[in-house]
Amino acid sequence: MAGYIFRRLLQALPVLVGTTFLIYFMVFAMPGDPLLALFGDKTPNPAVLERLREQYHLDQPFIVQYFLYLGGILRGDFGTSFSGEPVTDILARTFPVTIRLALMALFIEFVLGVLIGLISGLRKGKLFDASALVISLILISLPIFVIAFVAQFIFGIQLGWARTTVSAGAPIQDLILPAFVLASITFAQIVRLTRSSVIETQSLDFVRTAYGKGLSRRRIIPVHILRNSLIPVVTYAATDFGVLLVGATVTEGIFNVPGVGRTLYQAIIRGEGPTVVSFVTVMVLIYLVVNLVVDLLYGLLDPRIRYVK
Amino acid sequence: MTDVTNQKPLLEIKDLQVGFKTTEGVVPAVRGVDLTLMPGQTLAIVGESGSGKSTTAHAIINLLPGPGRITGGSIMFDGQELTSYSQKKMEEVRGRQIGFVPQDPMSNLNPVWSIGFQVEETIRANGIATGRKAVREHAIQVLKEAGLADADKRLKQFPHQFSGGMRQRVLIGIGLSSRPKLLIADEPTSALDVTVQRKILDHLETLTRDIGTAVLFITHDLGLAAERAEQLVVMYKGRIVEAGPSKEILQNPVHPYTQRLVAAAPSLASRRIQSGTAATPTHSLSDLDYAPTTVTESVDLIAAAEERLEQVPKGPSLAKRPDAIVVKDLTKVYNIRGQGKGKASELIASDNVSFSVAKGTTTALVGESGSGKSTVAKMILRLEDPTSGSIMIDGVDVAPLKGRPLLDLRRRMQPVFQDPYGSLDPLRNIGNTIGEPLQVHKVGDRTARRERVLELLDQVALPQNLITRYPNELSGGQRQRVAIARALALKPDIVVLDEAVSALDVLVQAQILKLLADLQAELELTYLFITHDLAVVRVIADNVCVMQRGRIVEAASTDQVFDSPQEQYTKELLNAIPGAGITLGV
Repeated sequence: MAGYIFRRLLQALPVLVGTTFLIYFMVFAMPGDPLLALFGDKTPNPAVLERLREQYHLDQPFIVQYFLYLGGILRGDFGTSFSGEPVTDILARTFPVTIRLALMALFIEFVLGVLIGLISGLRKGKLFDASALVISLILISLPIFVIAFVAQFIFGIQLGWARTTVSAGAPIQDLILPAFVLASITFAQIVRLTRSSVIETQSLDFVRTAYGKGLSRRRIIPVHILRNSLIPVVTYAATDFGVLLVGATVTEGIFNVPGVGRTLYQAIIRGEGPTVVSFVTVMVLIYLVVNLVVDLLYGLLDPRIRYVK
Repeated sequence: MTDVTNQKPLLEIKDLQVGFKTTEGVVPAVRGVDLTLMPGQTLAIVGESGSGKSTTAHAIINLLPGPGRITGGSIMFDGQELTSYSQKKMEEVRGRQIGFVPQDPMSNLNPVWSIGFQVEETIRANGIATGRKAVREHAIQVLKEAGLADADKRLKQFPHQFSGGMRQRVLIGIGLSSRPKLLIADEPTSALDVTVQRKILDHLETLTRDIGTAVLFITHDLGLAAERAEQLVVMYKGRIVEAGPSKEILQNPVHPYTQRLVAAAPSLASRRIQSGTAATPTHSLSDLDYAPTTVTESVDLIAAAEERLEQVPKGPSLAKRPDAIVVKDLTKVYNIRGQGKGKASELIASDNVSFSVAKGTTTALVGESGSGKSTVAKMILRLEDPTSGSIMIDGVDVAPLKGRPLLDLRRRMQPVFQDPYGSLDPLRNIGNTIGEPLQVHKVGDRTARRERVLELLDQVALPQNLITRYPNELSGGQRQRVAIARALALKPDIVVLDEAVSALDVLVQAQILKLLADLQAELELTYLFITHDLAVVRVIADNVCVMQRGRIVEAASTDQVFDSPQEQYTKELLNAIPGAGITLGV
């Protein structure tokens, strides 16, 4: 088991190098001079410009810039943003907010999605099932910003249950609405996946045998149907985490959440290489760790999975 | 047993009707079944797939799948009218009063829970024992009774770590864990090897006799049913066509369907020939009150086998024929990834196998699962590369062939596989399926190919209009005929039949065997017939090679193997043929 985890982490190394290189290259290849853009309409003093260029290594060829940056990361230095703030500080400020938001969304989509999917699957063809299918289809078809605006309008303005924007410090109660919006798309997918999985499991031989053994329906549903049905759902949740991170960028923008998404977006607009790459690196890292955790969870759910090779 | 007549029946089913709700209304599956089972007695329901035998069994404990409903009749069990019971009330009957042993041990245990968990939850649900320790002890006892000697060590293991036979023992243990008055065993051993089947059924018999449990035994194998049950019920298309004491039915079948079943059962046929009583049933089949599913001709395997016996000259003249296949020292070694420590181990699937098949004859390769018979077949077909050894086809070693010559070899050697559902492409119509080999090998033009396909359909006795149909519209037997037609398309000399009739119902099986025999006589085909079923061998093969753990342990003519088997293993296999112990004094 420990060997398996070690090998998986080792595999993550080339992935990290590859992604940082790609992102760095793309930021580098963006048109326009990032420093000139900083000054807006004004014409900067050439000496100042020169000093800034040197400070951010912008006068060096691309490959040198990249390796200087990598070297910095190894020393724990993620560089400095154009505003002069160390990137590590920005990371420390924004990541907890986004992680809180993502975890809330994950909790909502998983608990609610599995529950509704289970009931739907058990009552296939009934009213509950039909409405769950229609609602999930609507959620899947709508872009996330539409859902966000509708939610802001109904719950924020009409009903007044929640704030339409998140206040400083991003307290939990303010994050509930954005979390629901963020969860909505993957929630709908999980409902549908759980539903079809439950329907399939229900007709399997061992479920009939469980009834034949004299077990009650109340025991069979959680023990023999739900657990087996969760295997594909958990697999989906792993790949789905990426969708959640992307969705966070949009949702944070709309709800004004001071998290990763908003900061990253601004950094991209400004062409701040080190900031963008650092953010993406951390996101890739989180993504890899989540995938590893899910794979381990998968092994817990299904004893047939063994970690060899 | 003398006081049976005075006892009240344990199970009394009267005019049971079961239907399945579909969009086109209710389709009846069981139409008026009556049966009576006394305490401690064993009764077998026999029939082919779709006869309603399993549906009847499931109806008793209300385990019908989704759209299935009991639409009429009564089921009295031990003074309770089960048809009036709600699901909730049935929970108390199931497991506690009526045990259930399902068909396929591979799919009937939940793969994500340990064996111990699944036995213990049964014990707890039926209130046999309470408290962690008591439940655990009871579970161990139950499994030991079912024949798992090291049960205490294996409780924590998962189903995938058990063999098929072991899993079936677990399921039997679960079914009998609460000492039920009735045990419903739905084809409990159909998925297992014959020798394992025999051991498990012997064990089940002893167990139920000791506990005094009555058994309702569902099977498609008439020989097996007659051997294991005192009473027989033969079902056909949802109705009981014949019922009574097993021996009586077997020796003197009254209903034409039962007569056909008795005639077609290979297990019985092979025995009959062996005992030398050459009596051919000559009942008229004109009074059939049902339409047979596929072909109306009835096949008498016994007669077919006897005919074969007379036709094929014995001994030396057979040997004079040139050899079509000569296999020498054929070995296949698989490397298996080691468990845990990364040490790779070797599995010798085929160990210096040598045999030969004379042109125009049939050699059967017989063995249990894992004996290496399919590996040998695959190597001869060159679907698998041999580790060492040679395969001579008409004097040419084909083992090293590659590319073009290999493709040419394939023209002369064609396979037919076991599963008629899996071996046809569902998206290709029958005409294209049969014509595909012609296309691949660029034989003739469009019209010539079409004509050949029609000719082939005639040869395998399928109507020509099937040419535009798709596999899902065909029955299992029809599909296997299509697979045979496809194999014959290129006019091969050799056909490798890998369990080609094992998945078919007895009557259909008999028809296909007959077809294969006719085609052989007509086209001078050489067959390599792979099977686990010795009973079938008797009616199709000239020579037999018995395989065990990758080696050929006995090779002789079919008569020699059946009449005077030399090896202990061959004797075991022969004894395990269900119905072997029944004498049929016709």
